[in-house]
Amino acid sequence: MSEAEEITVNVEFSGGMERLMKDQASSIQAKLPEPATIRDLIIHVRDNVVEDKKELFSKNDTVCPGILVIINGSDWEVEDSEDTVLSNKDTVLFISTLHGG
Amino acid sequence: MPRQCEICNNARAILRRPKTGQRICNECFFYVFETEIHNTIVDNKLFKPGDRVGIGASGGKDSTVLAYVMKTLNNRYNYGLDLYLLSVDEGISGYRDDSLETVKRNKEQYGLPLLIVSYEQLYGWSMDSIVEAVGRKNNCTFCGVFRRQALDRGALMLDLDHIVTGHNADDVAETILMNLFRGDLPRLGRCTEIVTAGDGYIGRSKPFKYAYEKEIVMYAYLKHLDYFSTECTYSPNAYRGYAREFLKDLEFVRPSAILDIIHSGEAMQVASDVQLPTLAHCERCGYISSNALCKACILLEGLERGVPKLGIAKSARHAQELLANESAMKSAGKAVEPVHFELLRGKAQAMREQRQMKEQQQECHDCTATSCAFACDDDATGLCSSSKETRRCACADSNAETNAAAS
Ligand SMILES: [Zn+2]
Ligand SMILES: [Zn+2]
Repeated sequence: MSEAEEITVNVEFSGGMERLMKDQASSIQAKLPEPATIRDLIIHVRDNVVEDKKELFSKNDTVCPGILVIINGSDWEVEDSEDTVLSNKDTVLFISTLHGG
Repeated sequence: MPRQCEICNNARAILRRPKTGQRICNECFFYVFETEIHNTIVDNKLFKPGDRVGIGASGGKDSTVLAYVMKTLNNRYNYGLDLYLLSVDEGISGYRDDSLETVKRNKEQYGLPLLIVSYEQLYGWSMDSIVEAVGRKNNCTFCGVFRRQALDRGALMLDLDHIVTGHNADDVAETILMNLFRGDLPRLGRCTEIVTAGDGYIGRSKPFKYAYEKEIVMYAYLKHLDYFSTECTYSPNAYRGYAREFLKDLEFVRPSAILDIIHSGEAMQVASDVQLPTLAHCERCGYISSNALCKACILLEGLERGVPKLGIAKSARHAQELLANESAMKSAGKAVEPVHFELLRGKAQAMREQRQMKEQQQECHDCTATSCAFACDDDATGLCSSSKETRRCACADSNAETNAAAS
């Protein structure tokens, strides 16, 4: 089997989301084998980037309700939510809506 | 292929509206979001021209977007409002001090005057010192009671007609559920109202009552608004947390759930045999209260006497028992007597009269005096008496001619 192609995705966290991440990172780069969907990215972030309270980021292999997902500047619900296919150099932003008023 | 906006068919859709399921573009989103808030304001007659309106500003997403939208709509539709930012500093280091920095930036960004009132200044107790005295268990009770009153005090200091807060549809639905689950019928009846009475003088309203949290956050994101998003360090309000999670799960499978719950809440009538407390004024501070002492005064008394449980006592008798043990009490001795509400109301009234007087007067043509001397401008030269004096000395003749010609 030939080497799997990899894509690199820029991942950003805001609205308080960043505080769940290792080193409270507000951005990271994720490498995913192609083809990759947003669901694959969420699982990757949950398993490798979230510090401990994983249940505040993800349940049932998707993000917790109340977390917005923005792909290249637009709402993932405009596309196919979890099943949206990612391309190399895409930027995905996770915003928590739960913090503060 | 990128999807087109379902409203204008002219641009790439960037958002799916939770209310309608429509996929729409940037510009259409701004327009429908702002227009819906405008409609809420107009349909509920929240303001009248000339009103002085305070925006309860915490630096968080909701109040930041509210300040921006209020300013935008006030200009676009000529509401004729004087807008102010009004913030409460609870005195929580690492939380409120940071979020107040955001409010101070908002003040500059939006060009709105800002008043910050602090618990420390109003009551002599910051939340940090309250938590030190009462522990982390019941501190939210103190914070909630003090905040409500602090906003009313700030409103009187600015002589506001009205306060708007950033509570959104998700918050309202959450509160309905909580009151329902707790069987708190009086609150259940009140929490759906878009305007509430405040301290009896200053109304409060929620222009975002029908605005989804998702859209508020998207609006802030797309407009690059500067907001602060940290959970209060003392916050864990477990009950609200569960209600919120439950609501978010419902919304996930049925986005209209939030508006549906608000709709149900609005339709519910509080049965007439549910006793709604009759309201009078607190003997000590003059705040509106159904008991001789308002909740804030009882809490303060408990803090001062070193029996912080006083205000969270389950019943009046329990409170009496606590007070009966007075010998065991020490005075914590922070004692700041909160300013009496009658005094605040009196000052607000005086400010109002002064403004009205100023509106009736014109400014002196030569200087900016609006003193009582100006009231003696019986020859209608538009000059205050001291400017008249000056003119008389400097160019009495030419001035007299001009005046003669003018009349
Ligand atoms: Zn459009
Ligand atoms: Zn009182």
